[in-house]
Amino acid sequence: METTIEVAGLVKTFGRTRALDGLDLTVRTGEVHGFLGPNGSGKSTTIRVLLGVLRADAGAVRLLGGDPWRDAVALHRRLAYVPGDVTLWPNLSGGEVIDLLGRLRGGLDSKRRADLLYDFELDPRRKGRTYSKGNRQKVGLVAALASDVELLILDEPTSGLDPLMEEVFQHWVRRARQDGRTVLLSSHILAEVEALCDRVTIIRAGRAVESGTLGDLRHLHRTAIDAEVTAPIDGLADLPGVHNLRVDGHRVRFDVDAVALDPALRRLTELGVRSLVSTPPTLEELFLRHYESAER
Amino acid sequence: MSTLTGTRHLVRLVLRRDRFLLPLWVLLLAVLPVSYAASFFELFPTAAERAAYTEGTARNPSIVALLGPVYGDSVGALTAQRSGFLLVIVALASLLTVIRHTRTEEEAGRRELLGGSVLGRHAGLTAALLVTYAADVVLGLLTAAGLHATGLPAAGSYAYGLVAALTGMVFATLGGLAAQLTGSAGGARGIGVAGLGAAFGLRLIGDTAGNDWPSWLSPLGWAARVRAYEGERWWVPLLPLAATVLLAALAYPISVRRDLGAGVLPPRFGPADAGGALSGPFGLAWRLHRGQLMWWSVGFGLLGLILGGAAEAAGRSVQGNAQLEQIMARIGGASGLADAYLGATLSVAGLAATGYGIQAALRMRAEESAGRAEPVLATATHRSTWLLSHVTFALLGPVVVLTVTGLATGLTYGLSVGDVPRQMGRMLGAALAQTPAAWVLAGLAVLLYALLPRQASAAWAVLAACVLLGQLGAVLDLNQWLLDLSPFTHTPQTLRPTWTVTPLLLLTALAVTLAAAGLLTFRRRDIPVP
Repeated sequence: METTIEVAGLVKTFGRTRALDGLDLTVRTGEVHGFLGPNGSGKSTTIRVLLGVLRADAGAVRLLGGDPWRDAVALHRRLAYVPGDVTLWPNLSGGEVIDLLGRLRGGLDSKRRADLLYDFELDPRRKGRTYSKGNRQKVGLVAALASDVELLILDEPTSGLDPLMEEVFQHWVRRARQDGRTVLLSSHILAEVEALCDRVTIIRAGRAVESGTLGDLRHLHRTAIDAEVTAPIDGLADLPGVHNLRVDGHRVRFDVDAVALDPALRRLTELGVRSLVSTPPTLEELFLRHYESAER
Repeated sequence: MSTLTGTRHLVRLVLRRDRFLLPLWVLLLAVLPVSYAASFFELFPTAAERAAYTEGTARNPSIVALLGPVYGDSVGALTAQRSGFLLVIVALASLLTVIRHTRTEEEAGRRELLGGSVLGRHAGLTAALLVTYAADVVLGLLTAAGLHATGLPAAGSYAYGLVAALTGMVFATLGGLAAQLTGSAGGARGIGVAGLGAAFGLRLIGDTAGNDWPSWLSPLGWAARVRAYEGERWWVPLLPLAATVLLAALAYPISVRRDLGAGVLPPRFGPADAGGALSGPFGLAWRLHRGQLMWWSVGFGLLGLILGGAAEAAGRSVQGNAQLEQIMARIGGASGLADAYLGATLSVAGLAATGYGIQAALRMRAEESAGRAEPVLATATHRSTWLLSHVTFALLGPVVVLTVTGLATGLTYGLSVGDVPRQMGRMLGAALAQTPAAWVLAGLAVLLYALLPRQASAAWAVLAACVLLGQLGAVLDLNQWLLDLSPFTHTPQTLRPTWTVTPLLLLTALAVTLAAAGLLTFRRRDIPVP
């Protein structure tokens, strides 16, 4: 399978702070890749290295088959970027900024530009200083999504958008994937990631701690089991991979590692299952685990 | 909750944020009139010398147009007139201070942050006005006490101090009103500066035409008409006081009725699509720099017209005053006093044009820290191209400003001596001779931006040091090696019969080296540096 972004062992330090500490990231061509992590974990720094505005201290970085620092200008013709906090020139109208950024990249699809303006309900005649935060993001999104590029790099692009506009955004990202574009989407909004992303990388303190499809990630984590059985409960506590076992008469609740799921279920059926609820880990739980350990 | 709740805290916030800037302009603008008085005492000790100066220079139409009328030939009257242009600067400083603490805050969203806490509706505007009024009053008192200390009569000194303070207060309140009218700080500054320009224009017309009623419509006209030191008219200060009250009475109701962040005037729309000119980094740079460049050129063109028109009379008026002739000779050479005056004027224009160059170079830092450089550099725009698009303005902008200044000065001076083509050529040459020194500091600003982006504004400190060396160097008889540190020391006086081109070539080479070093450094560094 072809890869669009290939990062291995990336290190970036600012003074004494090690912002990226051996980061690995692989984005396959044609996929929407979720890039998750708590604030300050290095998402934006990674993206800036990919854009060639920051220089990597160590590690290998390939982007669209080139070196993002050395081949910056050539690569930038093939990608579009939306920062998490789009700032506009106060005296340029939104439409002017969209056209300017498009032209600097090498051209816009004017039909798509018009459709995007319509869908996002954006008035392109307003001056930059009069846009709200959400509308500034829309200017950045329209400029990027109307460009004919192979790769979209979106750094928390929907901050400040209302739920209706979030729907519009998801629609256009799906369309971009259908057109064969690759998307790197850094985000805090889990529903957005779950709805859009084929694969996900979670980073913490400058390192990738998880990477894979959402299914893969879930597989690595515990499933919550809530069951009622007919026989007296026995032989679960000493099974490896079973945690937080709570017994209440014939009702039993526990968390089980993915690898121990099969023996645990076998044991339950031996006890005679009357009812069973199994809850896979939500992305939120995966996420919170990493966020919390980041706090510590 | 009272509409003024929290004003006290906001006053402290404003004072904290302006703890360097406010005392600086108050002190500077209070000291300058005192220094004018001191130099008039020194230069024209006798009544006869003062009478000659008054007839020859102070009543010259160009001087009256720039500074205002003169009501007598006492040192006090001459000082009051000479300080006339300072009042414009007092007005501008007061205006900008109020807008900075009202509309700019609102536009940045910081007012919203505070508005959520316990603050009355009027607290923001009131705090900004109170601090600025207090600054104006302190300025007036310091000026009056200082003028009195030089030996001038108390009544005139306090009359002048009073109108200085009141003029500042009128324009502070105008700033407060302008901040309520538009949605942007830039728009509010535009309205305020336009109001100040109108006041200046009315005073200029009233003071130079036969009938002076337009001056009576202008706060700047009132300031002169108090007639400090020449039979003070104590009722005149009532006019600016009434204007202050009136402007405040307009501003306050609007500040209550409008929404936070909004203005009264509707926001102006721009084009829905970019025109053909806005298609590359240079098109963008042109959009970002053209407004400033136009205003600098217009301002310096006007100043050139006025100063060029005054040169011939200025040259004539000092004849017979041995001390002044000696001083003028020290500034610019004995070949012609008018030439010395023009040479000195154009070298000041050179310093100001350098200010344009530094400002244009530091625009890159503003773009970077506001987060507007990164999205452009993430397109197919080479770093060097982006840098050069701004450096073009830092280097060519001073050339444009100085060309306009030189031609305007040459035009009016040429008219007054009846030799327009030759004087326009000479003045253009003398103005353009300033550009290599301006380039050196603009090049330094580029290098500082590339190398030490956080400290890039140190370029202004370097310019200030050069100005000080130039102003104080001759007076203090400083060591030549110290004076040689300033590029302006090496700028030849092309109005003298003999001068050499070598220093200009060396300065240009130095400027190119600095800018090129900046370019090479910039290609390697991380962006953005927070």
